[in-house]
Amino acid sequence: MSVLSKLKETLICLKAGKVTLPYPAQAQPVPEKFRGRPLFDAVKCIGCAGCANNCPAREILVVDVCQEIRILKYLGRRCAYCGRCAEVCPEKAITMSHEFENATNSIGDLQQRLELFMSTCQRCGRCFKEPSVLEQLKLKGYRFDDLQNERWIFRSRAYLESEPAADDLRIDLE
Amino acid sequence: MLANLCQRMFKRSLWVYHANSGGCNGCDIEVLNVLTPYYDAERFGIKLVGSPRHADVMLCQGPAMRATAKALRRAYEAMPSPKLVFAIGSCACGGGIWFDTYSVLGPVEKVIPVNYYIPGCPPRPEAIIYGVAVAVGLVDKKTVPVQFKQLELPIPRYHPNQLRGEGDLVVYEKMEKV
Repeated sequence: MSVLSKLKETLICLKAGKVTLPYPAQAQPVPEKFRGRPLFDAVKCIGCAGCANNCPAREILVVDVCQEIRILKYLGRRCAYCGRCAEVCPEKAITMSHEFENATNSIGDLQQRLELFMSTCQRCGRCFKEPSVLEQLKLKGYRFDDLQNERWIFRSRAYLESEPAADDLRIDLE
Repeated sequence: MLANLCQRMFKRSLWVYHANSGGCNGCDIEVLNVLTPYYDAERFGIKLVGSPRHADVMLCQGPAMRATAKALRRAYEAMPSPKLVFAIGSCACGGGIWFDTYSVLGPVEKVIPVNYYIPGCPPRPEAIIYGVAVAVGLVDKKTVPVQFKQLELPIPRYHPNQLRGEGDLVVYEKMEKV
């Protein structure tokens, strides 16, 4: 009986009820441990650049414009929201928020930029010297990421001349 | 201007074409999740079609790879205009984690012009619906670039001339901030 079977089908459909979530009209809660967009707190940040060193997507750029001002720029284009930056941050200045509604029509909307004062040695006015050669290679006093082109540069002796720190500002990019 | 154009041109149903140019299938699964009854996208008239010639919107997933860049470009050119391109996921927005390997060219905007970006790895189905809702003008976008600036050095500066002995204690005078 086709009519009967149709009626049966209707009954089953009615019993199932409505499952569609009223999403854009009504906010949808996210799970407790959901990692959304990382938010940077400029008050807590000490500018150690641990997040920049640890980011697998290299999305955090660090530029020292002079000895005392460091610019930290989070681009957010290819951020995978892995939360490693928040994990490594010693001051807990990065929090993984629950924001996921990040759709935009220009990719520059996602970026966050911090301008920080770096403290130096109060006696000599310079930064501290690194203990070993390997440390020096890793933590050269000034860092050069390319803010204009928003790209990350390998920090190595191949790029950076060893002698005066001021000369490092004039390196040629490819 | 783009939003106005979208509202005028895409008043009725959006037919989407789903192009994966070398992603990991995470974003594909989320896009298919949008079409399930839970996040019923067909109530906005969104329908998945199999050919770029039928489509108004292209959903790009995965970075532009060396092997698939040409095919992606051809699929884009096969779409009738006006057309919209969504970059879904971190790979399509910025190149993904493997942005600097030899086979990855970079974000899809290196190959085709992108109108809307939905970051996330993968983005939640809600985030994809939100992106489409931003495009058709149902909601406003929330993200704005953020800029912080420290105006005062948080550490006080001491000078030996400003030391003053007071019994057992040494007192600093004029703790000025730099």
